[in-house]
Amino acid sequence: MPEITLKINGKDHTLDVPDDMPLLWALRDKLNMTGTKYGCGIGRCGTCTVLVDGEPEQSCRLPAMKMAGKEITTIEGLSPDGNHPVQKAWHKEDVPQCGYCQGGQILTASALLKENSNPDDAAIDEAMKDVLCRCGTYFRIRKAIKLAAVYAAETGDES
Amino acid sequence: MNAPKNRNGNNMDRRSFLKVSMLASGALMVGVGCYGTPVADETVQETWIPNLYVRIDPDGKITIVSKNPEGGQGVKTAFPMVVAECLEVDWKDVQVEQAPLDDRYGRQVAGGSRGTPDGWDDLRVAGTAAMHLLMAAAAKEWGVASTECSAQSGTITHKPSDRSMSYASLLETAAKLPVPDVSDLKLKSRPSEFKLLGSFVPGIDNAKILTGQPMFGSDIRLDGMLYAMFEKSRVFGGKLLSANVEHIRTLPGVTHAFIVKGTDDIRGLQPGVAIVGTSWWEVNSAREQLKVDWQTTQSDSSTEYEKQAEELAGESGEILRHDGDVESSFDKAVKVVEAKYYYPFVSHANMEPQGCTALVHESGKLELWAPSQNPKSGRKLVSETLGIPESQIHVNQVRYGGGFGRRLRNDYMVEAAWIARETGKPVQLQWTREDDMAHDFFRPAAWHHFKAGLDDSGRIIAFDHHFITMGKDGETISGSNISKRRYPAGLIPNYRLRQSIIECNVPTGPWRAPGASAYCWAYQSFYDELALAGGRDPLQFRLDLLSKSYGKPPMDLERASNTLKVVAEKAGWGRDPGPNRGLGIAFAYGHLGYVAHVAQVVAEGSNIRVEKVIAAVDIGPIINLSGAKNQVEGAIVDAISTAQLEITISNGSARQSNFHNYRLLKIDQAPEIECHFIQSDNSPTGLGEPPFLSVAPAVANAIFAATGTRIRELPFKRSGISL
Repeated sequence: MPEITLKINGKDHTLDVPDDMPLLWALRDKLNMTGTKYGCGIGRCGTCTVLVDGEPEQSCRLPAMKMAGKEITTIEGLSPDGNHPVQKAWHKEDVPQCGYCQGGQILTASALLKENSNPDDAAIDEAMKDVLCRCGTYFRIRKAIKLAAVYAAETGDES
Repeated sequence: MNAPKNRNGNNMDRRSFLKVSMLASGALMVGVGCYGTPVADETVQETWIPNLYVRIDPDGKITIVSKNPEGGQGVKTAFPMVVAECLEVDWKDVQVEQAPLDDRYGRQVAGGSRGTPDGWDDLRVAGTAAMHLLMAAAAKEWGVASTECSAQSGTITHKPSDRSMSYASLLETAAKLPVPDVSDLKLKSRPSEFKLLGSFVPGIDNAKILTGQPMFGSDIRLDGMLYAMFEKSRVFGGKLLSANVEHIRTLPGVTHAFIVKGTDDIRGLQPGVAIVGTSWWEVNSAREQLKVDWQTTQSDSSTEYEKQAEELAGESGEILRHDGDVESSFDKAVKVVEAKYYYPFVSHANMEPQGCTALVHESGKLELWAPSQNPKSGRKLVSETLGIPESQIHVNQVRYGGGFGRRLRNDYMVEAAWIARETGKPVQLQWTREDDMAHDFFRPAAWHHFKAGLDDSGRIIAFDHHFITMGKDGETISGSNISKRRYPAGLIPNYRLRQSIIECNVPTGPWRAPGASAYCWAYQSFYDELALAGGRDPLQFRLDLLSKSYGKPPMDLERASNTLKVVAEKAGWGRDPGPNRGLGIAFAYGHLGYVAHVAQVVAEGSNIRVEKVIAAVDIGPIINLSGAKNQVEGAIVDAISTAQLEITISNGSARQSNFHNYRLLKIDQAPEIECHFIQSDNSPTGLGEPPFLSVAPAVANAIFAATGTRIRELPFKRSGISL
């Protein structure tokens, strides 16, 4: 089985993976990092979202073997103590219901705010529309992103 | 003593009793117990676990146990809030523990919107009793009367002498006092008394969710755990003839591959092929080479059902109810309106596909981590299928990624248990999305033929309803019936409900407000047609309908009318919403709750955007304002999403397979939402289901107002409407 070194949340991990194993399963089953979720396996729900060099990507569609040299951020690594403006806003607005999609939502929102520090509804919808929420937390996601933008501006923190 | 049972099989003897004990750690434990003879869980060490427990540690930390399953409906936060309210402690000092399945806890089900009404008493008793004991302890220490003391923020105060003591300092004294009689406790019940309840409290597990900590069934990781998949017949009820398991065993990462004979119970262990291996991906890859010979036994299709529905439309069907004289009333009616409504099967589509983790210990005990809405029923299924006594089965309750009724079935539990026993290894069964969609217990399709007669003031004087629905052997199946007591029976003097059955092999099951979540759209859309035909405003028409009952009222008409009036007022019903826009209104009563919605849509060509939905909800006092709003907001998205989805049956199976052909609503299709709770001194009831009911008809009626297109078939695209 081929070996690869992946840089995840700033740390190197060397692991053996089948050559077609998606990053999602390398994370979940080889590294026991279960924050990234399985929802559909065809890149249509966004629960498997990770950041690759800062960009939101569907990890169920990324072969782990092709991810060498990339900076991968999972929900566990965004801010482990929950201090990211998006996480703080998510808590204030109490966004999660079941919570299964929320890792993907939070990472995607964090990437949006890095690119657009004050997104309006249209920009939010455009950036977030590929992450589904079965419980229907969309109304709160919009509010929380706007609040996160305020938090980020206050602290000057857009990480 | 034989306690009578309610329809859930739980003891009706509501004579709760209190138990107090002091733990070795110095913690005070107070519980509420139920009489009865439960199946004791031998894997649990404690000799007695009460129905609920409150544990107060010597350092002042409060632990409240949450006994019900949690999958996003928010009970793990809301129910401990009730205890905390009555205990008079600050929420920041509370931590919550999830209980496993244990009969001594009583009902542990997430379904029927029953959690709140069933738990309201015991939750308040647990908190109030503990607070009383602590107050009595302080009074004893001070040599004063309890009635002169007050409790707040984990402290007892005696105002006249300006003394106070923390709960933590009173534990030993409290443990030695006589336990109060439950009937002596004065329980808080009115919103005016609440300090914590009714406020906006974020979810107790947020910190973990927001940082991706392991929470869900699929996140369980055990030493030596293997991953499993279970291949079943996509065609419902297929019989397994053969499978190439020898070849599958040779594939990389595969540790086991075997045929499971299964049972005939489609809700239980079906025939299939188990593949087990060292990672889910390798198992999934191996599965691609699996060849199974199935013998199919049926080839149902939606087109065939439609043909049968057309044939049955001309028949009289079985008359379930007939009040007055419908036929002669039609003769007297000034106007008669007829319409046919249809909706398809839909799937639950939980974001977390089904699965379960299981381990048979060396002792022979079976341990499960089950994302179930009804783990007790699952334990029974596992026990009966595997022949293991229930006392040897321990079920841990894990958070699940959405329920909506799907997880009231426990097929994944018995599959995981079987595979764990066969392999002798800890096993995590994880379904694919395709498995989840193929093996759902769908919400059934139906046709409604309405015929109503109006008098000269536009009131309904006659209502005939031919309900053509799915069934088996001439009987309705799960989710496919309409109760003969269901309104508008009781609101119309001449009312007839008739039923015809289409034989159907599709497995069906409870889907967020079974039956009602589908047919409420049909009724409330038809009411708009009647309002229009009689030249009446849709709000007035409904208020008229709710103004009088014939015989026993099917609901509290005043609460229903009031809810409608509130939503109308908040939405500015009657205003001009602007160009290409329309407003639609609907109400519903279900699972003890009263709801009404006004939707505003804008038409952009053949595209409709739902701009805003306003909800008015009367379920009595609100426990957690955030959780309650979540249910209302989420149900709005769910209802709009579902109204534009369908599961087509073809060749005896579901045609749709994943999110590319079953497209849930996205954020750019979701409306602005306003939510108004009508709080009252009634007892609180549940919110899992009621706020779903009147959304789709409000939206459909708004679409008519904006475009003139009457939607009589779901999904919306059948009427050329896209969201």
